[in-house]
Amino acid sequence: MTDFKIVQCEKNGISIIELKGFLDAHTAPELEDTFQKLIKNKKYKIIVNFRDLSYISSAGLGVFMAFIEEVRKNEGDIKLTNMTPKVFNVFDLLGFPILYEIYGNEEDAIAKFLKDGENKDSMTQEIE
Amino acid sequence: MQKSSKNKLKLRITSHTSNLMLVRDFIADAAKNFGFNEDDVNKIIMAVDEACTNIIKHAYECKPGLPIDITVDADDKKFSVIIKDKGKHFSPEQIKIPDMKEYLNQYKVGGLGIYLMKNLMDEIKYNIQPGVQNEVRLVKYLPQNH
Repeated sequence: MTDFKIVQCEKNGISIIELKGFLDAHTAPELEDTFQKLIKNKKYKIIVNFRDLSYISSAGLGVFMAFIEEVRKNEGDIKLTNMTPKVFNVFDLLGFPILYEIYGNEEDAIAKFLKDGENKDSMTQEIE
Repeated sequence: MQKSSKNKLKLRITSHTSNLMLVRDFIADAAKNFGFNEDDVNKIIMAVDEACTNIIKHAYECKPGLPIDITVDADDKKFSVIIKDKGKHFSPEQIKIPDMKEYLNQYKVGGLGIYLMKNLMDEIKYNIQPGVQNEVRLVKYLPQNH
């Protein structure tokens, strides 16, 4: 039995997804469903916490590629946090750190979302 | 799991992604016992997972219950994993290794398994016998100073 779990919560209007266990071709559809539901509900600011993720294969990585474009088109982002060195090595091998913002902890990723939001607000005011 | 000879270990699974965990545990034990460090053990596990995932998705087109035979042949410093299936054949020459920069820029999806296998292992060889069986051989050597 493959051990994989997704825990979801929301902080400051940002959706936080915690991954636990093994993310492979068997469990990737579960993460895909989670992203699909978020996008359907117009939740485009997403943080994925990898602290308890023990393993990721290309099927898991593919899920992030599948949704990043749509999320960014809607002024959101998928920010990644708390990766173990083992999981980071896989992302790094594929050059993913060029495409995704990776933070040491959730707080830094939340701060970046809030900062981006403030910048956007001040730009809108200037235009007005 | 069954032992067929001193240095060979065999595992047969059926084509379902729920069996990937069994494959990873089997390879982890074999690679650790052979003497690889944790980093190399993780690389071999991942490469074999990718190979089996490709068989399930592409050779067997997600049909469950079909055989995948995995043999570990550990000899001196050479650790080989031979994976055989009886699914749809393919031409190894047609396999395209993605250019990762282009891949990421264009937000592509899929095809990463081949790139990973090539980068995680020292050698990959295919032996395709159309209508008979497909075989992929993944090889990793123990470091020289081991």
